[in-house]
Amino acid sequence: MPRMNMVQALNSAMDVMMARDENVVVFGEDVGYFGGVFRCTEGLQKKYGRDRAFDTPIAESGILAAAIGMGVYGLRPVVEIQFADYIYPATDQLVSTAARLRYRSAGAFTAPITVRSPCGGGIFGGQTHSQSPEAIFTHVCGLKTVIPSNPYDAKGLLISAIEDDDPVIFLEPKRIYNGPFDGHHDRPVIPWSEHPASEVPAGHYTVSLGQAACVRPGAEVTVLTYGTMVHVALAGAEEAGVDAEILDLRTLIPLDIETIVASVGKTGRCLIVHEATRTSGFGAELAALVQEHCFYALEAPIVRITGWDTPYPHALEWDYFPGPRRVAEGLKRVMAD
Amino acid sequence: MAQATEVRRRNKGRELSMSLEEFTKAYHDMLLIRRFEEKAGQLYGMGLIGGFCHLYIGQEAVVVGMLSAISEGDQVITSYRDHGHMLASGMDPRGVMSELTGRRDGYSHGKGGSMHMFSKARHFFGGHGIVGAQVSLGTGIAFSNWYRNNDRICLTFFGEGAANQGQVFESFNLAALLKLPVVYVIENNRYSMGTSVDRATTAKDLAHNGAAWGIPGAQADGMDVVAVKEAAEIAVAWCRAGKGPYLLEVKTYRYRGHSMSDPARYRTREEVQQMRAEHDCIEGARAKLLALGVEEAALKKIDDEVKRIIQDAADFAEKSPDPDPAELFTDVLKEDAAA
Ligand SMILES: Cc1ncc(C[n+]2csc(CCOP(=O)(O)OP(=O)(O)O)c2C)c(N)n1
Ligand SMILES: [Mg+2]
Repeated sequence: MPRMNMVQALNSAMDVMMARDENVVVFGEDVGYFGGVFRCTEGLQKKYGRDRAFDTPIAESGILAAAIGMGVYGLRPVVEIQFADYIYPATDQLVSTAARLRYRSAGAFTAPITVRSPCGGGIFGGQTHSQSPEAIFTHVCGLKTVIPSNPYDAKGLLISAIEDDDPVIFLEPKRIYNGPFDGHHDRPVIPWSEHPASEVPAGHYTVSLGQAACVRPGAEVTVLTYGTMVHVALAGAEEAGVDAEILDLRTLIPLDIETIVASVGKTGRCLIVHEATRTSGFGAELAALVQEHCFYALEAPIVRITGWDTPYPHALEWDYFPGPRRVAEGLKRVMAD
Repeated sequence: MAQATEVRRRNKGRELSMSLEEFTKAYHDMLLIRRFEEKAGQLYGMGLIGGFCHLYIGQEAVVVGMLSAISEGDQVITSYRDHGHMLASGMDPRGVMSELTGRRDGYSHGKGGSMHMFSKARHFFGGHGIVGAQVSLGTGIAFSNWYRNNDRICLTFFGEGAANQGQVFESFNLAALLKLPVVYVIENNRYSMGTSVDRATTAKDLAHNGAAWGIPGAQADGMDVVAVKEAAEIAVAWCRAGKGPYLLEVKTYRYRGHSMSDPARYRTREEVQQMRAEHDCIEGARAKLLALGVEEAALKKIDDEVKRIIQDAADFAEKSPDPDPAELFTDVLKEDAAA
């Protein structure tokens, strides 16, 4: 089986879908001729032509609105917003139209669009290249939100997203495009090729939206996480020496509540880890759900390890980033009671 | 003013107002930016600067020419390609470089980085990482000037790529409607990241982008500081007279990649070489100065002085301490600053 990093896996997903379905079109800033700033769309314009893989001007609001219109009328647009930090100009159309179209038209129209966007920190990007805005989208009813943590999932989930009839926000943790990153920023980068999830089938396959994956079975505590933090959580569990069961949620909406409930029911403890800021982050929703579903199974208060409630700084990145040491501290705290 | 006449003659009779003294200062200011950017590039290569860093090399004449036409108190706002604008605004190279290295003595205490710096004292309002954002912000600053009737104007710089953002056109409309004192300066360096201007818009002359709202537009050769200043003076006079916004498209070129991580494979080496060899604003100014009879030794003195300032800034930025980790939590909201 071919080995792929996450960029190649995402590229392969779009390639497969463009070959299968002529209604799939891919566009965004620097996406066509240049192949994307992270090279995710490299070669697509050459292969499928300028009508199907093209550059847009820098105008996120307009790009997204156009995608919705295209989607309403039969196409399956895959839009790249160059960094998740630039998605805000487009949130108007995402919230006011894409998310509401099905409801508003009693199911007559939908917006089968996929919005790919690199998110997250760890690349020294400062405040306008590092944000994790997933909770902004999970708060809006009518959108699906996906965040893969490895090449195999990235491709399978992206194909599912493109095939999905509803709008999907597909956030790609850019720090792990080229290799899994466990938060030890001072250690050499490990390429994906040394990771089993870099074995990616060349053709079509899907990973269903709404299914969490257990990346580390354990008995003492359940860790709920996604994206880059899956790898950080693995390192944190090792550092803490705790037998943690680590769940990679993979999609936030729809959420695999059954898997979460089964795991917390078994371990009786829960740690939530995400890179995004804490207040009103997706972790707050997870904590509420675990409390609602697993209250009598819980042996200790739920603990959250997250980014601090500040803008993402230029300096002090590793004080900001919730690395393995903070995860380990969280694990110890949740085990203490 | 015999000297001014001479400069004018070298510019083939175009109307301009720049004495030899001003012209020499412009040369100094452009060189200061060039050397600052080269040093920043070096420090980046050494790992002392990290993250996103966009160099202004090639475009120096634009900001120096524009700022030579405004008065103390007029405001300046631009994008993330902002080091040149800060230096031309009179901000301290030490503070700018220390922000790049993410140190305590940086203008934003290391929290903003290359793209996000401000100086109230020098009327510089960023440094904005979001493409196009500064255009609407600059329009708002101009509104404040108009409202307070303070005779100030706001120079609002943006790239030809940013010129396609929706909010730019929204701002044009508002500024024209209210006759706001804002000079919009499109720095057309032909590329927005990997996308050339002809792949981003069908508009041929971006100077006409405000035409629908009756905003006067003009073009200037951004590789010639005298030409930029000449165009700037007309624009500034228009705004200052209360006639509303003015749009300048300044044709320029960036020599380096979009940011430090861009190998610039979307254009040919020859294209870059040709611009450098035939149109460089600093080389051009230098040749003009020599032709005007300025001694080689006088230019050498300027070069040495600039080198000294830049080395001092780099040394300072290297020695400045890291910000205190507690600084992470300050200035999120006002009470944090007080706490
Ligand atoms: C809203 C937004 N969209 C996209 C980007 C990514 N981006 C940063 S710079 C840039 C190109 C801008 O080109 P231009 O306006 O011509 O300025 P130049 O870099 O040439 O100075 C892009 C697409 C961004 N920072 N903000
Ligand atoms: Mg440009």
